[in-house]
Amino acid sequence: MAITGKIHSFESFGTVDGPGIRFVVFAQGCPLRCLYCHNPDTWDAGKGKIEMTAQELVAEVVRYKNFIQKKGGVTFTGGEPLLQAAFVRDFFTLCQQEQLHTALDTSGCLLNESVKELLNVTDLVLLDVKSIDAAEYKHLTSGVLDHTLAFLDYLQQIGKATWVRHVLVPQLTDNDERLHQLATYLKRYSVVEKVELLPYHKLGIFKYEALGLTDPLAHTESLSHERLQHARDIFMSHGLTVL
Amino acid sequence: MKFYNKKWDSFSGDVWKREVDVRNFIQNNYTPYEGDDTFLVESTERTKKIWSKLTEMFEVERAKGVYDAETKYPSSIDVYGPGYIDKENEVIVGVQTDAPLKRGIYPKGGLRMVENALEAYGYEIDPMTKEIFTRYRKTHNEGVFSAYTEEMVACRKSAIITGLPDAYGRGRIIGDYRRVALYGTDILLLDKKQQLERLDMHEITVELIQQREEVSEQINAMKRFVKMCASYGFDVTKPAQNAREAVQFVYFAYLAATKDQDGAAMSLGRTSTFLDIYIQQDIAAGLLTEEEAQELIDQFIIKLRIIRFLRTPEYNDLFSGDPVWVTESLGGQGIDGRTLVTKTSYRYLHTLYNLGPAPEPNLTVLWSANSPENWKRFCAKVSVNTSAIQYENDDLMRSDYGDDYGIACCVSPMKIGKQMQLFGARANLAKCLLYAINGGRDEKSGVQVSPAFSPITSEYLDYDEVMQKFDQMMRWLARVYVNTLKIIHYMHDKYAYEAFEMALHDLEVQRIRATGIAGLSIVTDSLAAIRDCKVKVIRDERGLAVDFEREGDYVPFGNNDDRTDQIAIQITEKFMEYLRQHQTYRNAIPTQSILTITSNVVYGKKTGSTPDGRAAGTPFSPGANPMNGRDRNGAVAALASVAKLPFHHAHDGISYTFAIAPNALGKNMEARVDNLVNLLDGYFTPNGGQHLNVNVFNNELLIDAMEHPEKYPQLTIRVSGYAVNFVRLTREQQLDVISRTINDRI
Repeated sequence: MAITGKIHSFESFGTVDGPGIRFVVFAQGCPLRCLYCHNPDTWDAGKGKIEMTAQELVAEVVRYKNFIQKKGGVTFTGGEPLLQAAFVRDFFTLCQQEQLHTALDTSGCLLNESVKELLNVTDLVLLDVKSIDAAEYKHLTSGVLDHTLAFLDYLQQIGKATWVRHVLVPQLTDNDERLHQLATYLKRYSVVEKVELLPYHKLGIFKYEALGLTDPLAHTESLSHERLQHARDIFMSHGLTVL
Repeated sequence: MKFYNKKWDSFSGDVWKREVDVRNFIQNNYTPYEGDDTFLVESTERTKKIWSKLTEMFEVERAKGVYDAETKYPSSIDVYGPGYIDKENEVIVGVQTDAPLKRGIYPKGGLRMVENALEAYGYEIDPMTKEIFTRYRKTHNEGVFSAYTEEMVACRKSAIITGLPDAYGRGRIIGDYRRVALYGTDILLLDKKQQLERLDMHEITVELIQQREEVSEQINAMKRFVKMCASYGFDVTKPAQNAREAVQFVYFAYLAATKDQDGAAMSLGRTSTFLDIYIQQDIAAGLLTEEEAQELIDQFIIKLRIIRFLRTPEYNDLFSGDPVWVTESLGGQGIDGRTLVTKTSYRYLHTLYNLGPAPEPNLTVLWSANSPENWKRFCAKVSVNTSAIQYENDDLMRSDYGDDYGIACCVSPMKIGKQMQLFGARANLAKCLLYAINGGRDEKSGVQVSPAFSPITSEYLDYDEVMQKFDQMMRWLARVYVNTLKIIHYMHDKYAYEAFEMALHDLEVQRIRATGIAGLSIVTDSLAAIRDCKVKVIRDERGLAVDFEREGDYVPFGNNDDRTDQIAIQITEKFMEYLRQHQTYRNAIPTQSILTITSNVVYGKKTGSTPDGRAAGTPFSPGANPMNGRDRNGAVAALASVAKLPFHHAHDGISYTFAIAPNALGKNMEARVDNLVNLLDGYFTPNGGQHLNVNVFNNELLIDAMEHPEKYPQLTIRVSGYAVNFVRLTREQQLDVISRTINDRI
C-alpha cells in the first residue's frame, strides 16, 4: 500500500520559502514546540486535515507547473516534514521527475536512513537553526540543538545546498552576542549559500486563541525594521550572504 | 502607384504605399528592441514646467469635481480655436476645448445627462443650447427611449441590465489615428471618395443609403479636422515629415475623436511601435536626441492624461475616478516571430517615472512568452513601482486578432481600423439567478420584471430544479438584452454617429457586439452550494426569497477545483449560446466579457442575498475574480481557476484583478520582479488567462491614503480593467480594494 502523507494545507503562491514561486505543502505534525511558532495548528500529528499519496499530491502540484517550473518549485514545510520522511521522499522523487525544484524546510531534528534518502531527492534545504546556544535552544523549542548541528554536518558532508533560517524574536534571539556566535559557526560551512533572517511577527496569534492555547509570547512585540537591519549587518560582517 | 509622398522614399515596403495599410508599413520599417532600460532619460525642463502647472490645476479640479465646463457650445472637432497649457514649452499641442481641463458638452448623446452633470458641479446649460436640443434636434437618448419596450425599461430600472450606453457615447471604437501621420488627410480623403464610388451600386438598399451617408459624414469630419489642425498652425493634409509631426498628427487625430464624441471608452490603439519608426529615423539622422525623443512622448502622454468628459455623479458611482480609457497597447509579438517591442514602448512606460504614476493613459502590455526578457523585467519593475499598468495575453489573442490589434477600454481586443465594437455593458447574472428562484420578480422591489414564470416554492433548493429555471431565465434575459442593444446601436448610428473615428476605419468594418456578465463567481458559488449543501430558502411576507441558510460546505470558485470551476465554464458558455441565438444589429459578431469595471460595488448594492452566503448589498467581486476571501489555496490557484474560463465564449475579455503587498510578492526588488514575471508567464499561456491587473502595495498605505487623500494625489491603483487615482474612489470602493489585497503570508 502506498504511504499517505498528513498534510495541513497548501499555498499555491509561495514566495517566501525558497527561490521563485513555489507550491508550498504544509506538513501536519511537529515534535518541537517553539515559543514563537506561528503555525501551532500544525503541531498535532493526529489532526491532518488532508491525507493523500505522493502520486495524488504530485498530480495536484503538476497543475501549477506553468508557474513554478522556471525559477520556483516545490517546498515542503510544516509542521516538520522529517516526521514523514518516506512520504516526502516519494513525493520529491516524483517532483524531480517532473523537473521541479524541491526544497525542504526543516529544523533538522532527525537524521536516519529515511531522512538521508529524502535528502538525496532534495535540491535545497532550508535549515531552521533556532539558536546556537544549547540551553536557549532547549528553552525555545523543547528540542535538542545537537540534532540540528549534526544535520548541518551531514549536509556539509554530502554537499547539499542549504539556506539557514533564523527567527529573530525580541528579548529572546535578538541578541548581538548570539548572532555573532551563530554567524561565526555558520561561516565554516561551505554548503550554506544564504542566511535568511525572519523577523518575529504577531500574525499567527489568532491561531492560539482558536486552538484554546495560551500564546507564550503574548507580550512580545514584532521585531522592528531597525533591529532586523542590524542583525543583517552582523551576518554580513562575517562574510555571509543574507537574504 | 495610387498614392505618393516624397517622405515615403525613406521607408521600405510597397503595399502600404498603394493602399491604406498601416500594419504593412510597421512590419517593413520598425526596429525591434531587445535591450534594457538604461538608455532612458529624464523629462526636459520644458516638460517639467508644463506638468507642474497642471499638477496645480489638478488640485483645484479634485476640490471642485471639475476644473471648468462649457455650458453653451456642443463640442465638435472645429468648434474651438487653439488652446494651450503653457504655449512656449509645449512641443505637442492641442486641447479638447479652448483651455486645459475645461470639459466640453456632448448633447447629441443625451441632453439630460449634460444638464444633470452641469448642475451637479454648479453650472447651468445655456438656454439656447437647451432649446435647440429640446425643440429642434433629437438626441440619441430620446431616440432610444422612444423605442424601448416596457420590459426593457423594467430591466434597466431593476438593474438586471446596467450601464447601457443609452444616454452618452458608446465608445470602444478605436480610430486608426496613425493613418493621419502616415498618409495625411489628402490621401485619406481620396480613399474615402473612392469608397463612395464603390458604394454607387445598381440597386440602392437601406443599408447602402446608410453607408453612403456615413462615408459622407466621415469626409465632412475629416475636412473639419484639417481646419482644427490648421488653427494650431499644422498642415495635416500631407504625411508627417519627421518624428515631432508624427507624434503631433497622431495626437491631433485622437484629440479630434475626443472633441467629436464622449464615448464611454476612448482608446488610443497601438501607437508606440509606429511612432518609433519616425523617432528612430530622426535619431539616426542626428535630427533628434534621446532627450528630445522622450520629450515628445512625455508631452504626448501629458496630453492624454488631461482628456476629460463631463459625467453625472451616478455615472461616477459606476465608473469611478473619471476614467476615459485612453488605452494604449504596448509590445506583443509579430506573426513573423519578431517582438513588436521598440525603444518607444519603453519610453511610454518611462513616463510613469518621469511624470509619476497616473491612471491614464491606460497602459496595457500585450504579454507574450517570447517577448524579450529585458522587456518583461522592465514591465514587472514598473508594476511593482507604480501599480499603473495592466497585462493581456498576446499569445492567446494573436491567433484571432493578428499582430495589429489594440485593446479598447479594459479588455476588448479589436483589429485597429478594421473592427469596431457595439458596446453593450453588462447583465447581472446573480440577479438573474434570484429571478429564477422568484419567478422573475425582483427580490428588492417585488416588481414582476420578466414574464411570470413559476417560482421555486420548496423549502430547500434542488439543484436540477434551480438549473432548469435559471436556464429559462437566462434565455429570457439574453433576448431582452440583445434586443435592447439593437435599439441603442440603431439610435446611436442615427443620432450620434462617430464620423471622425469611423473615417479612420476601412469601409468594410467588422462590427463586434459586446455584451457582458457580472456576478459569475456568485452564480458559480451559489450553484456549487445548492449542489453540495442543503440550502434553505427564507421568504418574506411577499413570498420572495430574500435570504438563504446553508448547512454544509462547498468549494468556492477560485480554488482550482474542477467540479466548481466547471460550473463557471458552463454558465459562461450557456449564456453566450443564448446570446448567439439572436440576430445582431448590422450583422455584428456577438461576444461577451466577464468584466465589471468598478460597478461591482453598485451591482452588490442592488442585488439581494444569494445562496452562496453573500449578504444583500455586499459588493460583487470585480470581473472574473473569485469572491473575496474564498480562495483558500493561494493566488495561483485562483488564477488557475480564472484561466479555465473559455476565451472563445468570452471573446470580449475576462478580467482578473490582483493586489498584493510587496513583501508577499518577494523579499526584495529582484525577487518581486522575478516572481511577477513568472506569475505572468504562468498565467498567460496560449490557453491561459486573458487579462491581469497587477497592484503591488501595502494596505497600510491605502488606509493612510483614505484618511489623508491630500498626501497621495498620484497614488494609482488598478481596478477591473483600468487604473484610477485611489483618492478619487468612493469610500465603499476604497474599502473594497483594501479588503482584496493579499497581505504578508503568515
